[in-house]
Amino acid sequence: MRFHMPTAAALAAMLAITSAAPAPASDQPKRGGILTYMIPADGGPSLDGHRETTYAVLHATAPFYSVLIRVDPNNPASTTDLVCDLCTQMPKPTDNGLTYTFKIRTGVKFHDGTPLTAHDVAASWRKIVFPAPGVTSARRNNFVMVDQIEDPDDTTVIFKLKFATLSFLPALADPYGFIYSKAILDKDMHWYEKHIMGSGPFKLESYEIGQSVKGVRNPDYYHPGQPYLDGFTAIFAPKQAVRVDAIRSDRAAMEFRGLPPSARDQLVKELGDKIVVQESDWNCGNVLTPNNSRPPFNDVRVRKALFLAIDQWHGAPALAKIANVRTVGGIVFPGSPLAATKAELQKLPGYWPDIEKSRAEARRLLKEAGQENLSFEMLNRNVDQPYLIVGTWLVDEFSKIGVKVTQKVVPTGPWLDTMRKGDFSVALEANCQNIVNPIADVGRYLPHDRYSENYAYHTDPVQVQIYDKMLHETDPVKARVLMREYENQTIGVGAHQLMVTWWYRIIPMRSYVKGWKISPSHYLNQDLANIWLDK
Amino acid sequence: MSSYILKRILLVIPTLFGAAALVFLLMRLIPGDICVVRLGSGGGSFDPRAVAACHAELGLDRPVWLQFVDFIWGFCHLDFGTSMWSGKPVAEEIAARLPISLEIAILATIVAISIAIPLGAISALKQNTWLDVFVRIFAIGGIATPSFWIGILSILLVLDISSAVTGRPWMPPIDYVPIWKDPIRNLSMAFLPAITVGYRYSAVSMRMTRSAMLEVMREDYIRTARAKGMINKIIINRHALKNALLPVVTVIGIEFAFLIGGLVVTEQVFNLNGVGRLFVQAVQNQDYTLTQALVMLTVTVFVLSNLVVDLLYGWLDPRIRFA
Repeated sequence: MRFHMPTAAALAAMLAITSAAPAPASDQPKRGGILTYMIPADGGPSLDGHRETTYAVLHATAPFYSVLIRVDPNNPASTTDLVCDLCTQMPKPTDNGLTYTFKIRTGVKFHDGTPLTAHDVAASWRKIVFPAPGVTSARRNNFVMVDQIEDPDDTTVIFKLKFATLSFLPALADPYGFIYSKAILDKDMHWYEKHIMGSGPFKLESYEIGQSVKGVRNPDYYHPGQPYLDGFTAIFAPKQAVRVDAIRSDRAAMEFRGLPPSARDQLVKELGDKIVVQESDWNCGNVLTPNNSRPPFNDVRVRKALFLAIDQWHGAPALAKIANVRTVGGIVFPGSPLAATKAELQKLPGYWPDIEKSRAEARRLLKEAGQENLSFEMLNRNVDQPYLIVGTWLVDEFSKIGVKVTQKVVPTGPWLDTMRKGDFSVALEANCQNIVNPIADVGRYLPHDRYSENYAYHTDPVQVQIYDKMLHETDPVKARVLMREYENQTIGVGAHQLMVTWWYRIIPMRSYVKGWKISPSHYLNQDLANIWLDK
Repeated sequence: MSSYILKRILLVIPTLFGAAALVFLLMRLIPGDICVVRLGSGGGSFDPRAVAACHAELGLDRPVWLQFVDFIWGFCHLDFGTSMWSGKPVAEEIAARLPISLEIAILATIVAISIAIPLGAISALKQNTWLDVFVRIFAIGGIATPSFWIGILSILLVLDISSAVTGRPWMPPIDYVPIWKDPIRNLSMAFLPAITVGYRYSAVSMRMTRSAMLEVMREDYIRTARAKGMINKIIINRHALKNALLPVVTVIGIEFAFLIGGLVVTEQVFNLNGVGRLFVQAVQNQDYTLTQALVMLTVTVFVLSNLVVDLLYGWLDPRIRFA
């Protein structure tokens, strides 16, 4: 986590900075109040977290649900610190890493008053991992290692794996892994698509379609003293200008996704000490995807030349002034222990420290490939932050090796459709994950026949082989070595895809909002249980 | 008159059917897939099997002709099905948004009529005076300026003025409360959009009122009334204005229909959860059922508005009634 200082020193003085350190004794949580925040989207699709992928669903429903394990709400910036929510103790794997036994809290109640037991936990996870026909489970492929889920008694849930892997526990801390009532699921697997009933810190008060969600404190919540708020109101507000004005006029205290630097600077300038800003690297990044199956991008020299044209080290800090991007990184989230160091990155095309040397090599490769006058159309999504800004910058970078690029900007639907049909030359897309789970997250760079939502359309048996070895590795040190091999194969040897700057999360919020700490993902730490208002 | 109304109502049926067929076809020509948008727009991983499950669930794996037959059959029964995006009945989705769009449309119409007819008439009666020039500039300004831009400026103005005066920036609420629950909060949310939309709307009507009044004032029957010694106020109110209102009513009718579902950008600017915003969401999400229903709603509103305008013609001009 990093806290960013606004440009002017005067603004910096006004900017109150919160930190991940424990609150001082004088800053003890107060009870009461209603938090009003905004969800920067229109209403999500269904209300079922198991089925959906958009944060619009999570920001509206997470406060109503419990999960089995989660990132530590007191230290959500950590990429490795997982703690129990419904379980009593994080388990040590047994049976050579193949069995994880969770003991479930007793005395937990659903909002309808029925007790929550291990059977509810197991039923919910079976719905996610082994969905019945006709039931959609969005992140099912993160659980390929799970063989069985057992619930021998009211307080025990056992996950039995097909193979031991480092990616299992982070996958289990999926913030969408809501625990539903088994009794309800037994009657209707689709019930949670239209209804909310959990055991989380807040009970549903009202849900106005496309407008707002209101919750009130759950007096039976099992974490002592929490939640601190009497309730919350979440308002759907897709326009950034509305959200900035709403924070300025205190119609709402904050939003949890992220605003661009200009909005942060404007709010800090206008509100002074009434606003605080929390910032963090974001587990999302833009990905430059050449269509590896389409000439001339089926030639590795051409793809590599494109990567070598990009000056990430100088470009990222400049882009950070106008866009939600900041950190240069490889395929792994920069804050993770599995991420590449700067020295390791600088060996890969697209990360060379000497940009002139890099571009000279790019020109040489293009000449060798007979593509000195290369021109192409780059597919991009009509989302301003940061797709269009990064896309425009890339067009300029490519021009520095003599490549002429036209940017084709289309809405989300056609953008995805074009990539799925393979009807493009080069696309700018994104990899945006929730919990930092490097081994699972980089699975999206596998060839299309192994990971169907990879649109590079390449084949690379070596890459697959390295990935499978890494997936089955349980020693973090060895996993890191394999991750470097995989990264080198993806970006260096195969030049299949390139990460183009990681996103940067900026959350300006009213200074009376306390207790909430930023995480590397807008999907994490959203149950609001530890937030309190100092009004 | 009754056979005229009957003919007009019967014409509605092929119009609606044609619109239904057209929107069904157009939606399917747009590249994209609602299931992929739902699962993949966040940029995160998702299971490819989930796309297939989603297609099956929404009936998108069935032949297109069968989907069309289902749609038309449902349409004949006034059943528009469920939203492919939210899974909620389309009627419920629209019903949640219609009150706010209707409220803004009505308020904007009141604002527009209150400004347009008096100013348009005055402008015509004071032709080529400074007052006429002022009204014409005011009207052209309204036509030339996009209402969303006026909306953004008005919010900033309110924020800055309230900040300067009270030290606390104020803006209208961003969440809708029905007028019967909290009239003050409701109106404080609706007044700015009503004024900004009403201004543009009034500008069009004002121009129309002015030109119609100028034309009517030169008619023989006005001259005759003057020759008979009738006082000017009666000539204007009873003979001139009533006849001049015929084209103005047409404009007001068309504009009102446009406001239901047409305030796409204004609703975004003021965070109004109205039909226009829903329309954009439905198209962006490629929610076929919802888009189809919204197009049908808009077409129906247009057709009905025109019907009401025709009926008003009969009231305003007896020649139409007795023809």
